[in-house]
Amino acid sequence: MRKKYSFLSLIKNAFTNNENWEKMWESPDPKKGYDVIIVGGGGHGLGTAYYLAKEHGIKNIAVIEKGWLGGGNTGRNTTIIRSNYLWNESAHLYDHSVKLWENLSEELNFNMMFSQRGVMNLAHNEHDIKEMKRRISANRLNGLDTQWLDTKEIEELVPIMNTKNLRYPVLGAAFQPRGGVARHDAVAWGYALRSNEMGVDIIQNCEVKDIQTDNHKVKGVNTSKGFIKADKVAVVASGHTSVLAQTAGVKLPLQSRPLQALVSEPIKPVINTVVMSNAVHAYVSQSDKGELVIGAGTDGYNSFTQRGGYDVIEETVRAIVELYPIFGKMKMLRQWGGIVDICPDASPIISKCDVKGLYFNCGWGTGGFKATPGSANVFAHTVANDQPHKINEAFNLERFSDGRLIDEHGAAAVAH
Amino acid sequence: MILINCPYCGEREQSEFSNGGEAHVARPKNPEALSDKDWGQYVFYRSNPKGIFYERWVHTHGCRKWFNAVRDTSTDTFLKIYKLDDNRPDISEFKSTLKSPSGEPSVGSGNFAVKK
Repeated sequence: MRKKYSFLSLIKNAFTNNENWEKMWESPDPKKGYDVIIVGGGGHGLGTAYYLAKEHGIKNIAVIEKGWLGGGNTGRNTTIIRSNYLWNESAHLYDHSVKLWENLSEELNFNMMFSQRGVMNLAHNEHDIKEMKRRISANRLNGLDTQWLDTKEIEELVPIMNTKNLRYPVLGAAFQPRGGVARHDAVAWGYALRSNEMGVDIIQNCEVKDIQTDNHKVKGVNTSKGFIKADKVAVVASGHTSVLAQTAGVKLPLQSRPLQALVSEPIKPVINTVVMSNAVHAYVSQSDKGELVIGAGTDGYNSFTQRGGYDVIEETVRAIVELYPIFGKMKMLRQWGGIVDICPDASPIISKCDVKGLYFNCGWGTGGFKATPGSANVFAHTVANDQPHKINEAFNLERFSDGRLIDEHGAAAVAH
Repeated sequence: MILINCPYCGEREQSEFSNGGEAHVARPKNPEALSDKDWGQYVFYRSNPKGIFYERWVHTHGCRKWFNAVRDTSTDTFLKIYKLDDNRPDISEFKSTLKSPSGEPSVGSGNFAVKK
């Protein structure tokens, strides 16, 4: 029975103190074997299960998660969604995702709280202006809605911004009105709910220890709940993907680093768009609860500690306070880190590999959340058909030997 | 805050240093004979272990000298710091406490360096 959520069900459950909500998904013991095992129960992994079941008719699927659903980078990002990437390949991939975001609440009957409040990338010097105008032109050729804003237009949209009296004055911005933010937990939960309804097993608190192969073919995975057989294994484990790949003898060009974010105490609405600045390394948006959501940078060294260095947030907060003097006396509530897997060209890998039946969706680095539905959608196609969708064809592993890199360091919004 | 014991200056704050990635990556001996795939391996592929990692550091805001270190990437503990011309310490010198690939508590994800 498809669970429906509506205004009526909210009222009904309010009368019973919200204690009688049905469980959203089952927590079964793993079966002996599956057609497809997805390693990693974040948005990308659960979405892959959803599209495999819905669009490709594969229902014998397990999603295996070492912690809880969406407890990795899905629950640790700053929830920004945009598609203003420079190269055609990336623009197509990320915009595929934005288009899916636009209908996702309706499709899953689960509120993604997707808010297209626009994303602004600030220019602080002559070079920024040139680079951004070039990117805007490239975006428009790909049918994206990016546009140039001058300082006056920025001040109208974000009156609290200090554009002049700072070391790097604000000279303009690239603005994508279709960009915005969404609720990060909701995307994981929504996909989990609907894929579970189609028969996907969701197995939490079960760690995949290694991937078993035989003669360059996948056999299954060893987990903390024993061996599980599988015809195909799809790894979507962000920072830990390369660690798991190694157990199957596959080397990936990834480096894992902590990426930090922080939120402030909640305040009344003061900023109704997302503002990012590459040059001074600061990005901020305001959540529906009123907290400022601030993203910091990655640490300068590999680490798996999910913590991050203090100097990194210090740098970001310094820039935020200069850009928005009004935030100077605010208190920060929480700070956390997530382990991101960074690719040499700052573009993801959504690809098969030398081992038959083994697939990777990784390398999203510092910006994977925005791509969740699109990435899951094309990855499901890749897994089901054993060949890439035309959108993710270019995001293969071969590009690191044939040189067809998709260099998106400039579009990463802030330098990492 | 992480303190790094620079072999030339002594213990300083991590923010004074810059990381130079994996150590002991040798340039291929016969570049003209190398295939595209092997070149790709040399240029783009570096090991990324959760656990014991050999890496390079430079004391950017200090003596500006390079040195090598062995660090546990799951806890950020520095296990050994040695000079560039010292031999690569054998991995058997170091103990990793990791029991599984993720190396985290049996339930949940998190930072066990903080939790302990």
